Amino acid sequence: MGATLEIRNLHVSIEDKPILRGVNLTVHQGETHALMGPNGSGKSTLANVLAGHPAYEITDGEVLLDGESLLELEADERSRAGIFLAFQYPVSIPGITLANFLRQAINARMKAENPDSKGISIPEFRRLMKEKMDFLHIDHAFAGRYLNEGFSGGEKKRAEILQMAVLNPRLAILDETDSGLDIDALRVVAEGVNKLKGREMGALVITHYQRILNYIKPDYVHVMFQGQIVESGGADLALKLEEAGYDWVRAKQIAHG
Amino acid sequence: MVVRQRRPNTPETPLYTRADVERLSVERREPEWLHHSRLAAWELYEEIPMPSLKEEEWRRTDYRHIRWNEASPLVAQNGAGLDVVPQYNLEPLIGSEKGGLMVFVDSKLVHADIPETLRRQGVIFTDLQTACREHEALVRPNLMTKAVRPGDGKFAALHAAMWTHGVFVYVPRHKAVDIPLHVVMYNTHPGATLGHVLVVVEENAQATMLVDYASSDVQSQSSYIGATELLVDEAANLRFVELQDWNRETFEFSHKRALVGREGNLDWVVGTMGGKLVKAFIEVDLIGQGAAGRVSGMFFADKGQLFDHDTQQNHNAPLTRSDLLFKGAAKDRARTVWQGMIKSLPKMQKIDGFQANRNLLLSEDARMDGIPGLEIEADDVRCTHAATFGTLEDVPVFYLMSRGITRKDAELMVIQGFFDELLERIPFEGVRARLHDALEAKIVG
Repeated sequence: MGATLEIRNLHVSIEDKPILRGVNLTVHQGETHALMGPNGSGKSTLANVLAGHPAYEITDGEVLLDGESLLELEADERSRAGIFLAFQYPVSIPGITLANFLRQAINARMKAENPDSKGISIPEFRRLMKEKMDFLHIDHAFAGRYLNEGFSGGEKKRAEILQMAVLNPRLAILDETDSGLDIDALRVVAEGVNKLKGREMGALVITHYQRILNYIKPDYVHVMFQGQIVESGGADLALKLEEAGYDWVRAKQIAHG
Repeated sequence: MVVRQRRPNTPETPLYTRADVERLSVERREPEWLHHSRLAAWELYEEIPMPSLKEEEWRRTDYRHIRWNEASPLVAQNGAGLDVVPQYNLEPLIGSEKGGLMVFVDSKLVHADIPETLRRQGVIFTDLQTACREHEALVRPNLMTKAVRPGDGKFAALHAAMWTHGVFVYVPRHKAVDIPLHVVMYNTHPGATLGHVLVVVEENAQATMLVDYASSDVQSQSSYIGATELLVDEAANLRFVELQDWNRETFEFSHKRALVGREGNLDWVVGTMGGKLVKAFIEVDLIGQGAAGRVSGMFFADKGQLFDHDTQQNHNAPLTRSDLLFKGAAKDRARTVWQGMIKSLPKMQKIDGFQANRNLLLSEDARMDGIPGLEIEADDVRCTHAATFGTLEDVPVFYLMSRGITRKDAELMVIQGFFDELLERIPFEGVRARLHDALEAKIVG
């Protein structure tokens, strides 16, 4: 059965400042949604809240994954339930290699399912990493490097997609994965996402620009403005935004008063 | 207002007399010169006042809760042998290959494994007492005359007068010792031990060495008044690791100092995990042109521990390089101090000095101080210093958790990651693994 993520009337504040002011959105597994909007409209806040970032305060509304409240779960539990966030700004963590990190992440899943699990064997893990790295055109030496430490912008984004490929989420949120990528890197990343999305994985692609949507075709496009989704439509909505810019959304909102 | 008073019967200074020095020396049938040097140090000891909180070096470290009536009687020889030492302290350092191993229990030498290859190379790896008798020509000019001197402080003088045991390593010129040397100083009884490490690596020679300090849990207080002297000659190379894991009733006061000659190279790692209170002076003197010294410190204080590391990098020759990194964590009510200084003599051009102290605060009740310092009397130099303080940030922990890793494991990974660069500097795989586990026990415990 496909997973369904339902966001209902979600209100979120940070340090008493309201950021999200009643977001409604439903994503089914297998669908690709694009969430667009000007800077500061609340897109990244939504992404972080869905992943369980502790800094945000949920003041109203709910988020359900297959009918169960997601907001009750810690970030690690959400991940194990199938939510994945590709971060806009992945942090670097010295002293932990990418391979070690991903092995721990896989083992955490196996342990949650079966407390007696010994985790993934080293040869099996190696094989998995090699397969996924080849698939994303990532140099194998990457696995031995400290997590995001000294990675270029493009390498960080690619490492996020690698994590996604290894962890096999049911619903992936890509937070401005396109920002700062040159066209070649963007193509590789988009190719990776395209191979993963589909029947198995739903995707919420957050972006400021329409460009990435040339490579990752959305089924639905939503526009966020001042903490609310104010427009929804098909792929053509993205093109309209590209031409008319966000001023059009702004003007429309003001007209509506 | 709370007024704390010392218990009236607790003495404020160690309970030794000149007669104790005499007795110690006579009982050990020491040579005349050593007997005299001990007594000279004793006179100095009597002249130097106990360090007070008014002195900058001691301002942050109040050690007056030590009960000298428990901590000054020398640990008596009691028949404890090698079997009391934890197996992990005795494991071979590299693979299954046996290196040189010397084990002291309660200040008595209980085991010495000195491979024949060392003797053939002319290497001396023996206990200091024996060395003073049998190798006077090599020991006498170097024992507390060049690196740590009795006049360096109250506890340096006390050490020179009363040292109880020690190790002497001598690597003759052009000889490279390719097996690691390992010394264990282990205590099973409360009281005082005063251990000494003297390493002489001659011109173009090299050695790798580990010293483990540890003790079993006991109810009353102990003191360790230690000295480490590393003499690294021209173009010589020494990799030296010291790991301390005393029980929680031990007060350590140590002076450690290395001299590095022209084009010599020292790589020194100091790990501090145990003890109730540790005050260690750690100095590197770069005395020959082109000498280089790297000093790495790792410490993790928990519960009521207080660690105070006082480091100094002295650039006494041109073109010298020093690189010091002290990284530590404190949790519970623990307290740590790192105070560092880079000094240069006038006109020592083209020196490159670096010092950094990175602190990870794991509880609101813990306190960490980091005080870098520079005193440079030359202009064509590059000297940088930094002290940073951080908490276990939400961001990296959240990042790891967002991939399914539990909070507990994520925190453990971030803290282990923080120490990783220092663990990587320890050239013994088994020791790295042991430290990794010790860190985990502290983080989780």
